[in-house]
Amino acid sequence: MLCENCGQREATIHEVLIKGGTKVEQHLCETCAQHAGVQAKGSPPISELITKYMMSPGTAKGEAPPSCPSCGLGYAEFRQSGLLGCPACYDAFETRLSPLLERAHEGGSHHVGKVPRRALAEKQAGGAGMERLLGDARTRAERLESLRRQLSDAVEGEQYERAAHLRDELRRAASIESEPGSHPEAPSGEADGR
Amino acid sequence: MKHAGDGATWDRGTEWLRGKGDAADVVMSSRVRVARNLAGFPFTTKATHDDRVQILDLCRRRVMGGEFQQAAGAERVMWIDLHDVEELEREVLVERHLISRQHARGRLATGAGGADAPRAVAVSLPDERVAVMVNEEDQLRIQVIRSGLALGELLGEIDAVDDALEGGLDYAFHPRFGYLTACPTNVGTGIRFSVMLHLPGLKLTGEIERVKRAAEDMSLAVRGFYGEGSEAAGDFYQVSNQTTLGKSEPVLLHEMQREIVPRIVDYERHARRTMMDKRRRVLEDKVHRALGVLRSARLMRAGEAMGLLSHLRLGVVLGLIDDVDQHAVNELMLLVHPAHLQRSVGRPLSQPERRIERATLVRTRLGGDT
Repeated sequence: MLCENCGQREATIHEVLIKGGTKVEQHLCETCAQHAGVQAKGSPPISELITKYMMSPGTAKGEAPPSCPSCGLGYAEFRQSGLLGCPACYDAFETRLSPLLERAHEGGSHHVGKVPRRALAEKQAGGAGMERLLGDARTRAERLESLRRQLSDAVEGEQYERAAHLRDELRRAASIESEPGSHPEAPSGEADGR
Repeated sequence: MKHAGDGATWDRGTEWLRGKGDAADVVMSSRVRVARNLAGFPFTTKATHDDRVQILDLCRRRVMGGEFQQAAGAERVMWIDLHDVEELEREVLVERHLISRQHARGRLATGAGGADAPRAVAVSLPDERVAVMVNEEDQLRIQVIRSGLALGELLGEIDAVDDALEGGLDYAFHPRFGYLTACPTNVGTGIRFSVMLHLPGLKLTGEIERVKRAAEDMSLAVRGFYGEGSEAAGDFYQVSNQTTLGKSEPVLLHEMQREIVPRIVDYERHARRTMMDKRRRVLEDKVHRALGVLRSARLMRAGEAMGLLSHLRLGVVLGLIDDVDQHAVNELMLLVHPAHLQRSVGRPLSQPERRIERATLVRTRLGGDT
């Protein structure tokens, strides 16, 4: 297969991206891939990823890079140091950060795991506090979906111990959905039949 | 200027040097750390001097409260204001793996901060198993450390310590991104599992580069004895997870503790067995030659000492040397570094002086010429 960008060299780098919910495939030669910021393997340091992303088409269309309304950190500043300025930066730069995060974390896009005790207390109280800490219905559904995918991969790969951990995590996350007011770390006994 | 601790404080023994625990022939120590920041404050990158002082104050009250001490299982907790101690004391803490080099300097990757930037570390005593850095790149970096392969136990411990701290602090947490950190590579769980591996066998059989590449392909970081940017002194390699978003703590633990580390340990043991079976003379020569030099040399650089101690440790573990104790070797791996050396002598030393004192220390400790 020839590179879909230059049409001259053999495409050696193949990548599948999820853009706005649809699957996009890319087949590039090494030279064009390098220009487009596609990485052949491994996880390069984040500063390198950031530079490559800024060079890639789509993000460098002349629009002024944003800055964080809370701490004033400019996106360019972040690009240089790899460090954000405050918690609000994550919301301010969310669309730009998302692809970076997925590359740095083997495709991970939603937090799975421990939540602060404060979040659990909020959950017991129900209402807006819980949503602020654990996310709206969509975020929570995406988290569940990602866990289900990991679980089925683990089962398919016969990684049973790993699957057991994922099942625990899934149960914990699901209990947040179904039983407002209960403690997610102590799921009801009926779920324990594995 | 204050001292971080009297000699007696430090000499009571670091737990991770004991040379005990699972797979201790290969795994020198296990470490787990989490990164946390406080809601309502900018990250250290953008924090003003006043912000830093306020954060320090909030954290000190929490850390010195009884709940933390109990969760850490400490006899007592020592709090050290790093902007207020001498450079040598900070270096001692770096060499003991209680603070990062960056925290010793007080300067971030952005250039923010400096030696007198308000920052601290809290250490559980007497065994130094728990340490909390305050106002590092993240406002809280909590670590627990132990000898041997013990990541599972450490996860339980750090969880309890983290809960005890959170009891009085409001962590920055995001519904989608989890625990928020200054660098997006740590966001999510904010957790890092790492093991310090001693791999002289793979070095001798020439397979070490392949293992390193394989680990890097699995999204693991491979670093030297003193973390980021350090050389692999004495065939020690620190291996840790890089992914923190999208995988829960138990899943990350499982990957490291059950899938990755045991495999590297098996390779190393196999390499050692191969050397014992097929090239025993070569191996014996290396080990005894190392002991000979350590017991006789009059001048020694730190790098040379680490290399020789590495071979000696291999000899002790394989039973080729029976009059040296593994704990003594592990301890020397700490004592030969510049800050510890200067502290044990009790005065600053020039580089040529250090070489003399280092050689003397090693000779004396290993029962060589006096």
